Amino acid sequence: MAILIDETTKVIVQGISGRIGQFHAQEMIEAGTKVVAGVTPGKGGATVLNRPIFNTVREAVDATGATASLLFVPPPFAADAMMEAADAGIRTAVCVTDGIPTQDMMRAKRFLRRYPRARRMRLIGPNCAGIISPGKGFMGIMPPHIYTPGRVGIVGRSGTLGYEAASQMQALGIGVSTSVGIGGDPINGSSFRDILELFEADPETDAVMMIGEIGGPQEAEAAAYVQDHMTKPLVAYVAGLSAPKGRKMGHAGAIISAFGESAQEKVELLSAAGITVAPNPSAMGETMAKVLCRKEAA
Amino acid sequence: MDIHEYQAKEIIAGFGVPVPRGGLAYSPEQAGYRARELGGEKWVVKAQIHSGGRGEAGGVKLCHSEEEVRDYAATLFGKQLVTKQTDAGGKGVYRVWVETASDIERELYLGFVLDRASERIMIVASGHGGMEIEDLADEDPESLRRMVIDPAVGLAEFQARELSFSLGLSGGQIAQMVNVLRGCYRAYRDLDAMMVEINPLVVTGTGDLVALDAKMSFDTNALYRRPEVAALRDASQEDPREAVAADNGLAYVGLDGDIGCIINGAGLAMATMDMIKLAGGEPANFLDIGGGASPERVCTAFRTVLSDTNVSVILVNIFAGINRCDWIAKGVVQAYREVGLTLPVVVRLAGTNVKEGQEILRNSGLPIVAADTLAEAADAAVAARQQPAAA
Repeated sequence: MAILIDETTKVIVQGISGRIGQFHAQEMIEAGTKVVAGVTPGKGGATVLNRPIFNTVREAVDATGATASLLFVPPPFAADAMMEAADAGIRTAVCVTDGIPTQDMMRAKRFLRRYPRARRMRLIGPNCAGIISPGKGFMGIMPPHIYTPGRVGIVGRSGTLGYEAASQMQALGIGVSTSVGIGGDPINGSSFRDILELFEADPETDAVMMIGEIGGPQEAEAAAYVQDHMTKPLVAYVAGLSAPKGRKMGHAGAIISAFGESAQEKVELLSAAGITVAPNPSAMGETMAKVLCRKEAA
Repeated sequence: MDIHEYQAKEIIAGFGVPVPRGGLAYSPEQAGYRARELGGEKWVVKAQIHSGGRGEAGGVKLCHSEEEVRDYAATLFGKQLVTKQTDAGGKGVYRVWVETASDIERELYLGFVLDRASERIMIVASGHGGMEIEDLADEDPESLRRMVIDPAVGLAEFQARELSFSLGLSGGQIAQMVNVLRGCYRAYRDLDAMMVEINPLVVTGTGDLVALDAKMSFDTNALYRRPEVAALRDASQEDPREAVAADNGLAYVGLDGDIGCIINGAGLAMATMDMIKLAGGEPANFLDIGGGASPERVCTAFRTVLSDTNVSVILVNIFAGINRCDWIAKGVVQAYREVGLTLPVVVRLAGTNVKEGQEILRNSGLPIVAADTLAEAADAAVAARQQPAAA
């Protein structure tokens, strides 16, 4: 079923009545996503895009049986909206919002751990492009036409660099099972490792493209996981070889502040774990093509 | 967002951390007056800039008379202080802090940072202070103590006690250190800090703890709810180009090369810079134009990039998801007209409304080099670079 979302996933949109929320909800519906309701506190009873609006996530879940939620909630209220979704029984939440205070994320993640693993919500993002299983459905802000349905998973921090990888693969006839943007913030809901575990277990994914960048320990953690537990081939690219130390490159999390956080060091760690690293960002597609060829020959 | 030492000291003092007595001066005369006001025989005069490494750079001095304080301060004001943490231009000194000199028996290191692995606030401490944390990690890694704080509970007293004993403190110093640790933690938490550093934290001749230096930086995403912190911003310490760009919703970082970059998305911007380097060029900047960029914002991006006189070609690389290629193209055309652009421009568009965007560029009659892929765009930019001598 690909991962995280397919044609049967019932999705609600928190913040659907805003301009941006409404625009992207419309795109999602046009691409076949099962958007069943919206949540905007105080606007319960109204309809947007022919979908009912509820005051709370719990009401929306009770009425529609939704299991996934997409959050277009402004930064001051976003962490609260995540906790509300978790408490209402949502299983997968995707938060697009950029600019959430770090301590809000610290508290929200602590809150998610209150629930037993069996009913714990999986959070993707914040500050991400979202998730798409091409031909099945998507939750986020990506242009769906650049993805061809297929059997390669994509996971990356950056939205636009993920688009770049998908379109390079599309040009070479390589399709995508699911593409996941984990976001550019220092504290995010799901790490590379979390998503790699899902791809490893997914019968519809044969190989994975992982797109990292400078800053933080998550690429190193992923390298250790791949070395010990992953059987499917992985192609990686790490952005920021030319980024200076100590400067924040756009993403709040893209800053080299400790050992092992530069692009060079991450490339070395990934290569040492036996991962094929694309030599440059315009070779992500062809590197994947070569790895798939090798896999077929084997 | 960074603040000055004296501001950080004022903040932590408000949370119960002992700091030396001192006063701020905006002129050499005022510095001399501060020394007289404080009294005593020895004062430390410290240049206030947003950078570490001030001591080695000649920005800190122990003075023994009011005249010496005044004369030394006179050499600091208006100076661009270059430290190993600043760029070659240094940072301007417009404020000077004068404080009573402390009697130093022992120096410790204390820092509070965001630990991205545990996603919690972490204390890093060492009984071996006075040097930069990077050097400390190199030279004496065994001395480093790390402790992670549970956000739901806060810093527990036993944790603070444990840490204090492990740093070799004893007697009444333990209670003082617990107080320092809890004060710093509360300052971090209550004001949405990203970093609190006391280096050195000293034990004085009488056995008391005092924060001899203090550094704080703050989460810019939380400034909306911390107006008292936002008010501490000092624009004189920021790169003017980066500050103007930030005020216009652009993330800009100036670099040393000559290929100006206008890109959407931080990851794609870094990847494009990598591609330029690979093609044999050097990027002049990092610039993320952000989502939903209007033609006006594109124009502002051109102005920002062009304010760097080293730039000899501009590379626009947009993969539109939440953006629209037609708006970007309109912005490029508008920039040509409004900014009076004479440099070559390479544009690569992909994603939402790409056909409309490319058409606008083609019909504009402007000498824009169109590229289809990331690699083509980087090659074209390096090729289009104007050789200053040939031009």
